[in-house]
Amino acid sequence: AMLDPDRGLSLTIARVVQRLQGSSLHSQLERQARVSLHKPEIKLESLKEDIKDFLKTSGWEKKLQNAVYSELNVFPSACHPAAPPEHIKEPLAYMRKAQGSWEKRILKSLNSMCAELNIPLAQKRPVNEQKELLNKWNEMGTDEPDLSLFRPVYAPKDFLEVLMNLRNPNYENGEQPSFRNHLGLIQVPLKVKDIPELKEDFSELGLNIGQLGIDDSAQVPPEFFENEHVCVGQKVLAEQDSAAAQQYVRQGCPTALRADLWALILNISNQPEDILYYEQLKSNVIQHDLLVDSLIYKDVKLTASNDDYYFVFEDYLYQVLLCFSRDTSVLEHFAYSSATPPKSYIRGKLGMEEYAVFYPPNVNYNSFILSVAPLCFLYHEPSKLYQIFREMYVRFFFRLHSISSHPSGIVSLCLLFETLLQSHLPQLFYHLREIGAQPLRISFKWMVRAFSGYLATDQLLLLWDRILGYNSLEILAVLAAAVFAFRAVNLMEVTSLAAAEAVLADLSTLKVMPLLQIFLFATVT
Amino acid sequence: FRIMAGKVKWVTDIEKSVLINNFEKRGWIQVAENEDWNFYWMSVQTIRNVFSVEAGYRLSDDQIVNHFPNHYELTRKDLMVKNIKRYRKELEKEGSPLAEKDENGKYIYLDFVPVTFMLPADYNLFVEEFRKNPSSTWIMKPCGKAQGKGIFLINKLSQIKKWSRDSKTSSFVSQSSKEAYVISLYINNPLLIGGKKFDLRLYVLVSTYRPLRCYMYKLGFCRFCTVKYTPSTSELDNMFVHLTNVAIQKHGDDYNHIHGGKWTVSNLRLYLESTRGKEVTNKLFDEIHWIIVQSLKAVAPVMNNDKHCFECYGYDIIIDDKLKPWLIEVNASPSLTSSTANDRILKYNLINDTLNIAVPNGEIPDCKWNKSPPKEVLGNYEVLYDEEMAQSDGTERDLRSRPGQSTGVKGSRARDSGKPVLTTWK
Repeated sequence: AMLDPDRGLSLTIARVVQRLQGSSLHSQLERQARVSLHKPEIKLESLKEDIKDFLKTSGWEKKLQNAVYSELNVFPSACHPAAPPEHIKEPLAYMRKAQGSWEKRILKSLNSMCAELNIPLAQKRPVNEQKELLNKWNEMGTDEPDLSLFRPVYAPKDFLEVLMNLRNPNYENGEQPSFRNHLGLIQVPLKVKDIPELKEDFSELGLNIGQLGIDDSAQVPPEFFENEHVCVGQKVLAEQDSAAAQQYVRQGCPTALRADLWALILNISNQPEDILYYEQLKSNVIQHDLLVDSLIYKDVKLTASNDDYYFVFEDYLYQVLLCFSRDTSVLEHFAYSSATPPKSYIRGKLGMEEYAVFYPPNVNYNSFILSVAPLCFLYHEPSKLYQIFREMYVRFFFRLHSISSHPSGIVSLCLLFETLLQSHLPQLFYHLREIGAQPLRISFKWMVRAFSGYLATDQLLLLWDRILGYNSLEILAVLAAAVFAFRAVNLMEVTSLAAAEAVLADLSTLKVMPLLQIFLFATVT
Repeated sequence: FRIMAGKVKWVTDIEKSVLINNFEKRGWIQVAENEDWNFYWMSVQTIRNVFSVEAGYRLSDDQIVNHFPNHYELTRKDLMVKNIKRYRKELEKEGSPLAEKDENGKYIYLDFVPVTFMLPADYNLFVEEFRKNPSSTWIMKPCGKAQGKGIFLINKLSQIKKWSRDSKTSSFVSQSSKEAYVISLYINNPLLIGGKKFDLRLYVLVSTYRPLRCYMYKLGFCRFCTVKYTPSTSELDNMFVHLTNVAIQKHGDDYNHIHGGKWTVSNLRLYLESTRGKEVTNKLFDEIHWIIVQSLKAVAPVMNNDKHCFECYGYDIIIDDKLKPWLIEVNASPSLTSSTANDRILKYNLINDTLNIAVPNGEIPDCKWNKSPPKEVLGNYEVLYDEEMAQSDGTERDLRSRPGQSTGVKGSRARDSGKPVLTTWK
């Protein structure tokens, strides 16, 4: 049954109110309102209006607006009141089932690693080890534990295999072999956008609109666009308006303003209670040793430590990820994620809830280590870095690691990529398929990492500006297609998967905004 | 009208592929030192011999070498400091505003070298300075060595007793220059990124000292220590914490051969702009350009501006946590060894662009040419300072008398975009 819009709106309002009630913002607002009673401009006769005015002029109304806006951004729109919780997580049954099987497989792999190595999933750390860890908290990168026995729980290609095998049991495509079913790797009929729709959605990337990443290059005098854009950015920050910031960053962030703009959009203010929360997580890390810690450690060593841009921040990555794996507030996002976290108990405390340890939603850190690293270019205060990462994760990145039908989920992104390529570069697509080089096999790893580790950092940040600006990951699929379009000439000449990989091995010189703009707005369709 | 249609004949005593590949790709011909050569890429030992009084070497018009005869005025640690001190005093005497001092007696615009003394000659002066701040750390460096060799840190006078004994017991000791040391105030508050200390290596090409014409290579890099920085006195002996030289760091346990502990300058700029803001970042880079040019101006009067010479220097700069750059030293023979694949590419391109400027058109050179290459051949170099241009704009005088102005100097902001903007010096 379709939900009528008014009903939907009131449900949404109810949900937002419920979430904000009892939040620290709520108590702060109450406190502010109480304090304002002492002010001369607050009169008993017009108490309600005066307090409201006061909250407006002191900027508290804006903070509330930002919080509401944040909630609307993060949580999906209300669905039917009779819908069970699973439907909020993921409306399609076969997707839920696939995600469930995938999780079981991961947990099984983790458990067998534990048994093999005779290491528990979680245990309390002996006191001397705790002291040692506390001492070297800021330089965990210099440790050299023996990690040879740990292996990554899965590789991106394993995940791709699972996605390739997804089928909708209710879908009967009948006799008609449509191109979509036969040429690409993804075989589920999700709705994805076409170029005209994308052009509308991403209209701010159009040819006639100034962009950072294009109109701030050496040849363009700054008076044409850059200077004005910086001024507008400063105003947005002065106003502290999340919604305005989100609109603004669609045209890119000036480097000096980016850290603050992202924090504003993600509604991160690094209050004392946030810093305290981070410190608590840190003490959890010190006190308890999790199996995944070794996996994190190994993955950081394999990826970020060897990266030309990120190696400098190796130690921050441990700090952020070890804390993240103990952060139960992340569990809230499972309400709208198709995934369910595996639960384990500290050794010897089976069944005792206060000793429950939730496994982080994605134990293949490989992918999301690289999503932390670029943030180190913007935030060097650990608790702020942590919060920004956590918010980016629960808003966006988790969708890259779980199976769902969401338009920003990895399944949709893969399908969007393949569809764009098939529709607009059919010759290339056909050629690559013929030589056994299905394009998705190459672009999957880019998308699953949101291009981190593949693009130069300044380009990556320009790309992520747009992820935040449009509140969607679809741009990753568009960029992937644009990269193929850009290298089409060379790709037409290759005759093997390996050769195709070689043509696309080095993306570090690419300029993302021109590529996107040309693909969306300047390609003859 | 080409007189000499032959190919350039080259010699080198530095067996490095980044050099040799560049010569070969130009179709130049390798010859021996005793044959007729046009281009000799020499080690610093060789240049000493070539230009020594005994050698009686006369270079002909079609011969170019890659060092100035007395480059050590800039590249020896003690002489560099001596020349800068002399330059500052001269400016002060002239009443130049560049030599302006603040209320503590420190130069406002020319304080870019840490307080330095020669040992044993200035030992007593050093002790006086040391006693003003007995908890400070100082760094001892042998004048004639490179790659971090022989360097150590001290925080007690007793640690350098050796130099005092010599100085007290003899009135005039002729020390062989190999045993001479400089002692500088150690910068114990370096800017840290990811908790680690780093320095900057920048390449500067000088084609002539009078008039001064110099170019800055846009692709410099940062060299990170592999170990977290700590000013703790218990780690003063740990060279992995303090010395950024790759020659030292590569022996550390955590040295990584993929990135070699190096960051591009553009990464540094991105990081600083993102975390500190654009104005202070621009100011920092402007200051770096400023101190390089000032160091060259300081030695220009004493340099033998031999027209057969050009030189590509490796400048080492440390940035402190107040974003002030300090000139640590200048290398006449920056390493051409490649520690990583990226490194090899960088150094190959560096030599390529250097040769394009120093040997125009890759043809047999004529040392009498005006040393003014067209803009197109600069490659990754940017004009840092061109005295002739500055003078023809009529602003050279202004630079000396009104440092507050944005001068007509063809300065540069070494942004990757390569936008040649007027530097807003002081």
